[in-house]
Amino acid sequence: MTDASLQAPTLLLKPDAARASRLRSFRLKDNVFRHLTRASAVAVLGILSGVILALVIGSWLALSTFGIDFLTTESWNPVTEKFGALAPIYGTVVTSLIAMLIAVPVGLGIAIFLTELCPPVLRRPIGVAIELLAGIPSIIYGIWGLFVFAPFLQATLQPALISTFGSVPILSTVFAGPPYGIGILTAGLILAIMVLPFVTSVSRDVFETVPAVLKEAAYGVGCTRWEVIRRIVIPYTRVGLVGGVMLGLGRALGETMAVTFVIGNAHRISGSILAPGTTISASIANEFTEAVGELYTSSLIALGLILFIITFIVLAIARLMLLRLERQQGA
Amino acid sequence: MSLMAPIDHSASRPRYMRRRRLNFVMMSLSLAAAAFGLLWLLAILSTLVFKGVGGLSLDVFTQSTPPPGSQGGLLNAIVGSAIMTAIGVAVGTPIGILAGTYMAEYGRHNRLTTTVRFINDILLSAPSIVIGLFVYEVVVIQMGNFSALAGALALAILVVPVVVRTTEDMLNLVPNQLREAASALGLPRAVVIQRIAYRAARAGMITGVLLAIARVSGETAPLLFTALNNQFWSSDLNAPMASLPVVIFQFALSPYTDWQQLAWTGALLITLAVLTLSIAARILAAGSRK
Repeated sequence: MTDASLQAPTLLLKPDAARASRLRSFRLKDNVFRHLTRASAVAVLGILSGVILALVIGSWLALSTFGIDFLTTESWNPVTEKFGALAPIYGTVVTSLIAMLIAVPVGLGIAIFLTELCPPVLRRPIGVAIELLAGIPSIIYGIWGLFVFAPFLQATLQPALISTFGSVPILSTVFAGPPYGIGILTAGLILAIMVLPFVTSVSRDVFETVPAVLKEAAYGVGCTRWEVIRRIVIPYTRVGLVGGVMLGLGRALGETMAVTFVIGNAHRISGSILAPGTTISASIANEFTEAVGELYTSSLIALGLILFIITFIVLAIARLMLLRLERQQGA
Repeated sequence: MSLMAPIDHSASRPRYMRRRRLNFVMMSLSLAAAAFGLLWLLAILSTLVFKGVGGLSLDVFTQSTPPPGSQGGLLNAIVGSAIMTAIGVAVGTPIGILAGTYMAEYGRHNRLTTTVRFINDILLSAPSIVIGLFVYEVVVIQMGNFSALAGALALAILVVPVVVRTTEDMLNLVPNQLREAASALGLPRAVVIQRIAYRAARAGMITGVLLAIARVSGETAPLLFTALNNQFWSSDLNAPMASLPVVIFQFALSPYTDWQQLAWTGALLITLAVLTLSIAARILAAGSRK
């Protein structure tokens, strides 16, 4: 409402009435604004329930056709319309595990470097650089993985792994087969590079919550840097670190483009991590627009539902852990 | 004097040396980790510049995506990305700001806020391809065709959690005395929020919007089966629309070298745009803290 529209009645009415009408308009606007903000907050919850609802409805056909077997069947055959989610689930879990096996120790190492070793002048630039890298779109990692990293692995790491472990009983299966370049291992390594900035920046933030007094006390009784980290910093931040790792895991599980480029999109479970495979998100990205038939589409949406449930659980645990750290700090 | 030197050192020396050695090994490992991590990230960026710069020319910005083997650029993809990002941000930002306002101003400690914060944090890192599936179910199937509008909506859903998060954080930083002073003057709550709290938190909130733009402008997965792709120039919101990330995806996986070159150029452009936005957001946030 503009001032002019308010002033016209003011002149005509008695001051009390003008005041009352003005207050009424204030109250109305106040209420409208408050309900608007509240509705928006509820809308955020609405998005989540909408996503779950839409996925359940979309996947109903596949889930009712295949039942629980959908989770345990490996075959994925568009021609005979037999679909099972086991291979993508397996690929998702294995690539994420490889990623976390590498990203967690390296990320912690970088965080330790940043908080304990790094000269203060370099601390901010390196920290900012890592945060910026966390924002680089995943498709960039994908295109790099396909054109640079996969050929590099094919020429170096993969032949080395095959020849080194070729005669070791179990490992010879894990590292069996020709070096394709693309495959489960390559996808896992790309994911590792991708989640590294996340793990690093969360661990660094968490490390910085350790009160200086605690560390100074430990240094005071003669602890080495490593002992301070091992005995003071890590125990103090344990909950937050687990939260940070889970957050990275959530990212790795749901990551699509970086993986799609280098996984090979083969719906089978192979004992060798050098073989091509697929993940849930890569299957959806590769096949969704080409899926013919309702059952095929519905099966892909069912994959999406499974992915959403897995990441939801992992991310929920991560958040609860980080919340516990916040409370511990507040107390 | 002679008492000081040898006595208890001889007993504890091996242990002390062991601790020193362990410390040295661990600290070297952490240094190596930092070098290792930064090395890969540097490798990616340098390849990007190295491969992308070669394809940069005026054509990239003035022509649409070509059929294989002929000249062309990325104009339709750049414009498509800009249109869908703009709509996505225009739709997602108000919802995010209002929701963040509720959480920080009206219901700071109530149940709804706690729940929304928890869910919002999960949406913040939820797989974006699932959002694509959601919009496909809700919009594409209902409307009967792939469209730029569906793509923009998928992006809007990704914008919301980012903006909610920063808005709430920034409004929580506004000192309560400001609000109390305004209320003491008799201003209604809504005016206190709009005129006082928003103004105090403005830089931070703009930072949030910039970060949201940076995030969605590189998103590929949610566009794959909502906006699809379009070989030609199109500004029709009701039709499929090209976007930079999807074109990169398609061209990079194609067997044609000229398409692959365009993919690298597009990748460089996106990265530059995203980095510029994040740096701008950071400078703004740093400036407001002073």
